[in-house]
Amino acid sequence: MTAPSVSLRGSVILGGAELFSDLALDLPAARWTCLLGPSGVGKSTVLRLIAGLTVEGTFDGVIEAGDGQPLPDRIAYMAQSDLLLPWLDVTGNVCLGARLRGEAPDHDRARDLIDRVGLSVHASKRPAQLSGGMRQRVALARTLMEDRPVALLDEPFSALDARTRAEMQELAFELLSGRTVLLVTHDPAEAVRMGSRIVLMSRTGATEVAVPPAPPIRANDDPSVLAAQAQLLTRMREAA
Amino acid sequence: MNALRNGVLSAAVALLAWQILVWVTAVPAFILPGPLRVVEALWVSRESIAINAGYTITEVLIGLALGTFLGAATAIHLASSATARRLALPILVFTQAVPVFALAPILTLWFGYGIWSKIVMTVLIIYFPVTSAFLDGLQRTDRGYLDLARTMGATERATLWRLRVPAALPSLASGLRLASVYAPIGAVIGEWVGASKGLGYLMLLANGRAKTDLMFASLFVLALFTVLLHWTVSRGADWLDRRARGEG
Repeated sequence: MTAPSVSLRGSVILGGAELFSDLALDLPAARWTCLLGPSGVGKSTVLRLIAGLTVEGTFDGVIEAGDGQPLPDRIAYMAQSDLLLPWLDVTGNVCLGARLRGEAPDHDRARDLIDRVGLSVHASKRPAQLSGGMRQRVALARTLMEDRPVALLDEPFSALDARTRAEMQELAFELLSGRTVLLVTHDPAEAVRMGSRIVLMSRTGATEVAVPPAPPIRANDDPSVLAAQAQLLTRMREAA
Repeated sequence: MNALRNGVLSAAVALLAWQILVWVTAVPAFILPGPLRVVEALWVSRESIAINAGYTITEVLIGLALGTFLGAATAIHLASSATARRLALPILVFTQAVPVFALAPILTLWFGYGIWSKIVMTVLIIYFPVTSAFLDGLQRTDRGYLDLARTMGATERATLWRLRVPAALPSLASGLRLASVYAPIGAVIGEWVGASKGLGYLMLLANGRAKTDLMFASLFVLALFTVLLHWTVSRGADWLDRRARGEG
């Protein structure tokens, strides 16, 4: 699995007005790109476009992978809500993709991934019996089970408490290494921690924001990380 | 347990009031028999009531099973095909403008005086509530689930059976709760129009012979059966609900 770079060029017209125009977004191969911006600016629309999902409005532009191969079947998607099916247990949810494609799931692989997200003892529990953090870990295992080179994450950690969020960031970063990741987030701290690139989206377009010199995943208490967070927050407030 | 005690208490009060009314007004028994008289009729005619109840219960249970199956199958078919939805939904809604009771005579003509005209009547009366409730659920699948399925490269068929149907089972459950109350009405209407067996037939017969006490006794058995049926179906429906929430 070689992760391709992904690029998006284009505009979205929504109800006669432009949601965004002439947006140029590049996701470098096998790196985390964090996309920030005020609510309603079209961050999720960008992610949905790359995922090949329906969006409100009309898209005029191009989305392509750096290697020229088609994208849709190389994408895994993780949303803010865990989207676990309540009637399936953890294993069933992790194996959902195979079942929905009419394939026999690879149970050994599922077991291994459930183990890696630390949920082995909960493998036969239903989502209702798990905490929010555990549920998001199941969603992560399900995303990894798809084994796609591009992962699109739409605020997957935003509903978690601070400590669980930090743990999930580390786990996701480790397990998604080698993949091209787009993380849509509201949280400047998260973006500075995870991003090899940080892109700030506003009504007028997307601008790249400098990241600290250390490679991700960065320590929360590193002075350069803290400074970058503060700077990013200032820019987000100016942009809004 | 409180609900049960309240139920028994309010029933006792109502029965007492009924009996007092009959005593005070000295109304003839063929106009309004007292509850004691009804209990007596229930006991005296127990064999006849039991046999006729057996027919009605059979009609209701077969009708309920068939109607649920046909309704669920229709809903799934309509949910999976936009063309079918476009073609069939207007007809389905229009048929609801026809009072099903008005069809009872023609059903007797088509299906005879036996059990089948009553079963068809029962099926007709529950088919729409089951279909519309389940179809509604099938069309309200969480958009997030469908997005996820799409990024996973899911087939239409697997999405329907593994995602939309299980997610819509609580809607089917509410359709079933309604159907369990409607089904006995369907069977009894069928019996009123033309039958030689069943509680509806017995009620009509008793009424014609001014045996009002027997009429009430049959009505009581019918109501009791409906309550039991509704209770049983509701337990099943609750189970579907819990299953869909992952608590079953």
